Amino acid sequence: MSRQTARPTDSRKVSAELFTLTYGALVSQLLKDYENDDDVNKQLEKIGYNIGIRAIEDFLARSNVTRCNDFRETADVISKIAFKMFLGISPAVTNWSPAGDEFSLLIENNPLTDFVELPEGHNKLNYSCVLCGALKGALEMVQLEVDVKIVQDQLKGDNVTELRVKFIKRLEDAIPAGED
Amino acid sequence: MSGGSYYFVIVGHHDNPVFEMDFMPSAKANDPKREDHRHLNQFIAHASLDLVDEQMWTTNNMYLKMVDKFNEWFVSAFVTASRMRFVMLHDEKNEDGIKNFFQEIYETYVKHSMNPFYEINTPIKSANFERKVQFYGRKYLTT
Repeated sequence: MSRQTARPTDSRKVSAELFTLTYGALVSQLLKDYENDDDVNKQLEKIGYNIGIRAIEDFLARSNVTRCNDFRETADVISKIAFKMFLGISPAVTNWSPAGDEFSLLIENNPLTDFVELPEGHNKLNYSCVLCGALKGALEMVQLEVDVKIVQDQLKGDNVTELRVKFIKRLEDAIPAGED
Repeated sequence: MSGGSYYFVIVGHHDNPVFEMDFMPSAKANDPKREDHRHLNQFIAHASLDLVDEQMWTTNNMYLKMVDKFNEWFVSAFVTASRMRFVMLHDEKNEDGIKNFFQEIYETYVKHSMNPFYEINTPIKSANFERKVQFYGRKYLTT
């Protein structure tokens, strides 16, 4: 039985700063534990993936969107509804590839990176790659396999943070072996 | 108040310098005795810490005005909520300028300490922070 009633005010909202500080503490602790930037990036993606596969249910229940007809609709829903709902921002959807299977999300004020400066010697750290993992996990749960990468990062000196989303294939529900 | 030299240091909880910067008017910038002054400045600032610690309990304000004097150097201090001590050595009285400077540096310091990668009490190496301190120094101290 799913809960269809809309929650008028979420009385358990936390302050945005607490969210930013919590995420910052998580990343800095991961950095202390693993020390290697690539390992931390992998862990952040895994964390994002785990968040994504669970958040998608919440998202679909709260937003009542219908099935998307093509990838462009998916991109719009991600940017205007999903990001708005979870992070309060609306990234721009741009740089569509000619085949229509890749697009970019441009984020200008990323709430995860308020006040953050990357420390010396850690230039390969993708601070926001939890977002990549989350997108990948969430889309996997709706049968879309995608690859998400960070191509521009405000913490590394670029003007915007750019996430590149590439469609790989549509996943078919596999019937478990042994059943007809 | 051009003509005054200022030495600014942020002192941590273990009396360790977290950040230092000096502001000289251009006339004195090439003074060969500057290297010697660096050690003296640190010494004077360190000696004044006891007085800062005493005075911080007597008032509700963070800005402590002048706490000490050494020969021709005045020492002013500002203590933040987390007991980080901003100490300023100066040879000219410039209460308003120093007070404004301390306020702006306090805000800058708070923003810097929100960085999850910065550990409190460790030396501040950020180029961004340095630029801001230089900017406010030029604005409030050496104009």
